[in-house]
Amino acid sequence: MNLTIGSKYHEFREQIQGFIDEHLTDDIREAGRLATSVFAEPKRAMAWQKILHKQGWAAPHWPKQFGGTGWDVVERSIFAQECLKANAPPLIPMSLLMCGPCIIGYGTEEQKAEYLPKILSGKDFWCQGYSEPGAGSDLASLQTFAESDGEDYIVNGTKIWTTYAQYANKMFCLVRTSREGKPQAGITFLLLDMNTPGITVEPIIGLDQVHEQNTVFFDNVRVPKANRIGKENDGWSVAKYLLMFERGGQEYAPALHFQLAEVRNIAEQIDVAGSSLWQDPFFKRKYCELEIEISALEFTENRIKSALTNGQNPGPEASMTKIRGTEITQAITELALEAAGEFALPLQVGAIEPGSKETSVVPEFVQTVMPKYLNARATSIYGGSNEVQRGIIAKMVLGL
Amino acid sequence: MEFSLSEEQRMLKDSAERFVKKECQFEQRREQMRSPLGYSDKQWAQMAELGWLCIPFSEKYDGLGGSVVDVMVLLEELGKGLMVEPWLSTVILGGRLVEMLGTEQQKQEVIPAVCGGQMKLALAYSEVGVRHQLAAISMEAKPKVDGFVLNGEKVLVLSAQTADQLLVVARTCGSAGDEHGLTVFLVDPNTKGVTLSGYATVDGYRAANIVFDNVQVPASAVVGGVGAGGGNAGLDNAFESLQVVMNEAILAVGAEAVGVMDLLYQATLEYAKTRKQFGVPIGKFQVLQHRLVDVFMHCEQSRSVLLMAVLHYLEGFKESDKSISGLKVQIGKSGRQVGQEAIQLHGGMGMTDELNVGYYFKRLTCIDALFGNVDFHLARYATLV
Repeated sequence: MNLTIGSKYHEFREQIQGFIDEHLTDDIREAGRLATSVFAEPKRAMAWQKILHKQGWAAPHWPKQFGGTGWDVVERSIFAQECLKANAPPLIPMSLLMCGPCIIGYGTEEQKAEYLPKILSGKDFWCQGYSEPGAGSDLASLQTFAESDGEDYIVNGTKIWTTYAQYANKMFCLVRTSREGKPQAGITFLLLDMNTPGITVEPIIGLDQVHEQNTVFFDNVRVPKANRIGKENDGWSVAKYLLMFERGGQEYAPALHFQLAEVRNIAEQIDVAGSSLWQDPFFKRKYCELEIEISALEFTENRIKSALTNGQNPGPEASMTKIRGTEITQAITELALEAAGEFALPLQVGAIEPGSKETSVVPEFVQTVMPKYLNARATSIYGGSNEVQRGIIAKMVLGL
Repeated sequence: MEFSLSEEQRMLKDSAERFVKKECQFEQRREQMRSPLGYSDKQWAQMAELGWLCIPFSEKYDGLGGSVVDVMVLLEELGKGLMVEPWLSTVILGGRLVEMLGTEQQKQEVIPAVCGGQMKLALAYSEVGVRHQLAAISMEAKPKVDGFVLNGEKVLVLSAQTADQLLVVARTCGSAGDEHGLTVFLVDPNTKGVTLSGYATVDGYRAANIVFDNVQVPASAVVGGVGAGGGNAGLDNAFESLQVVMNEAILAVGAEAVGVMDLLYQATLEYAKTRKQFGVPIGKFQVLQHRLVDVFMHCEQSRSVLLMAVLHYLEGFKESDKSISGLKVQIGKSGRQVGQEAIQLHGGMGMTDELNVGYYFKRLTCIDALFGNVDFHLARYATLV
C-alpha cells in the first residue's frame, strides 16, 4: 500500500505541461475560464480539439488502433488535470465520449472507417438523441418510431434536451423499431444526418438564459439502414455499453478541487467591513467541509484507478462517483454564490461570452458565479438523474 | 498508487477476522462488558499471543516493526468484534508515547512488557476545561528535591482501572495555553495520594476520574528524563509527542469506526431484505433503498478518507495533520448517519439491549467524542488550509 507515483509519470506530466503551454492560445483559455457548464463555447472548444488531434491526443481513452493514445489510467488522469489547470475548455463530449465508443464497440468496419476519423478531427459534430418529452428517467419508454421501408427507415417523433443540436451535423439516437415485448427489446441505435429533410430544430433557452438545448422534431425522416449501429431491436445493448465505457472513466475530484480553490479566491477578494470573507470562521468551516468531501471522492477515485491498473473491475465504488461528483459540484457553486453575495445578482449573459466587448458591471472574479450555480442544477438531472443512480446502486450493489 | 494489502497484512486481517468470529460473539461481549473487569483476561492473553500488542513497536523492544497500515487492518476487524480490551490505551496512547518520548531505560522496561501482555497502560491527560486542547492542561507538577509533587484531577482516563502504570500529563512550567511546559510522568496507580473513581462508559469500556493529592514521584518518573542541560529530555517537552500519539489514536479509532460502520451497513441491509411489512420486504420500498444507498456511500467515503489519512501519515506528507483531522470529521459525520439509520431501519428492535446494533451505534457515538469531535477537528482543519 503506497501513494508513490512512478518517476515516469513526472516526466509525462512535464511533457503535457510543455505542450499545453506552447499550444493553448489565450483566446481558447478564455473560453475555459468563462465556461459555466460542461459544454464549453463550441467554436473555441473545437479549435482546442483540432490542436490536440494534430498531436494525436483528442481521444486519450479510445483504443490505440482507433486513434487513442495508449496512455494508462494514471497518464490519462494527469493529462486531464493539466488541461484543467491551464484553463483549457472541456472538449464537447457527445462525439468523443459518447458516440465514438459506441461505434468502436458495435460498429461495422465500414462504419468505424467512415465515422471515427471525422469524430477525432472534429469534422463531424454529433448530438445525442435519447430523451423524449415522455421518456426522461424512464428512457426505455421512448416512442420515436423508425418504420422499415426497404433499405431505409422512416423516422417520426420528437427528441428533447438535445444539447448543441443547433451546431451538430450528425445525431446518434435511440428509436423504436418494435412495440412487441419488453420496452427495452424494441429499441434500435441509429446514426443520422441533421441535414436530412424532415428534421426541425427548435431552441430551448435555459434558466441561465443560455441556448444549450433543443427540441428536435422528425417528420417522415428517411434514414438508410446502413446507418444502424448493432442489430435491429438491440439498441439498448449499445446504450448500455456506452454506460459501461463511461464507468470509471470520468474523474470528478481534480476538477472539484480546482473549483473549490476558485471559491477561496473569491472569498479572499470579497471585503467584509475591512476584513476578507475568507477570515470568516463560518464561511471557512463550510469550505473545509467541502474540501473533506472532495478528498473522500478523490481517494474513492484513486481506489478505482488502482483497481483498473491492476486489471480488476472497479467494483461498487464506481457507481457512486456520479452521485457524489454532482452533489459536490452543486455544493461548490452554492458556496461560491454565498461568497459573491449581491455581486451575483446582475444579469451578465453577454459579458461572459468569450471574446465579448461588453463591460461587466461586477468584478471579473465573480462574473460566472451565478450562471454556474444555475447551470449546475442540471448535473443531478442529466446522464440518469441521481435518483435513478441511487436506484441502480440499490439494485446492482445492494441487491435490493 | 497501490491500495492492496501485502501478504502479511492479508494474514493479519484473516486471523483477526477468525478471532472476531470465534471469540467475540455478541452475547459473550455483552457478558464481558457487564463483568467487573469489563473484558476477558483470557482474550487479552490471546491477543498478546497473536502478536497484536506489539504491532507498531520497533523490533529492538520485541515489537513487530509494523506500520499504521497494520494497525488499520487489525482495528477495522476488531471494531467488528466490539473491542473492549484496553488495546488503544496500552498500545497506542501509552506504549507509543513511551516509545516516542521515553529514555532508553524506560523503553526497555515498558515496551517489551506491553508486547508480552504483562503490562497495561493508561494515559491520563484530559481535565475539566481542556476539551482536547492539550496546551490547556493545567494540572501542576511542582519540582522538589529529587522529584516532583503532583496535584490535580484527570477525567475520563480510558481503561485506567486495569492499568499497571499511568502516564500522567502535567505542567512543569508555563501556564494553561502554553505548548511548552508539559511533562509526562510514569505513575504507579497504587502510589499514595492517587485516588481512582472508576465507571463504565456507554460503549462498554471502563474509565476513571483520578485525583492526585500531593503525589510524590521521583525524577526518574519523567518520561524522557529531566536531562542534563536541556537537549531532547522529556521535561517540559511532551507536547509534540502527545500530538503525534493523538494522531495515531485517531487513525486507530478511524479504522475501528470504518469496521463498525461496515458491520452496521451489512446488518441493516440484511434486515431490510428479510423484514416484511405490508406483505413485502421493507427493502423493496424506494425511500428505504435510497437511504441505504446513502449509508453505503458513507461507508465507502469513510474508507477512502481513512486510506488517505493513513498513507499521508505513513509517507510523512506535509498535509498529514490536515488529513487526520479530515478523517475525524468524516467518521464523526458518517458514523452518526450510519448509526442512526441502522437504528431507524431496525425499528423497535434497534432500540433494545438485545440487539447488537445499539452497541455498535453507541461505540460510534463515543468515538466521535474521543480525541476531538467533528467541530474540534473542523476548527483544526481550518487552521491548516
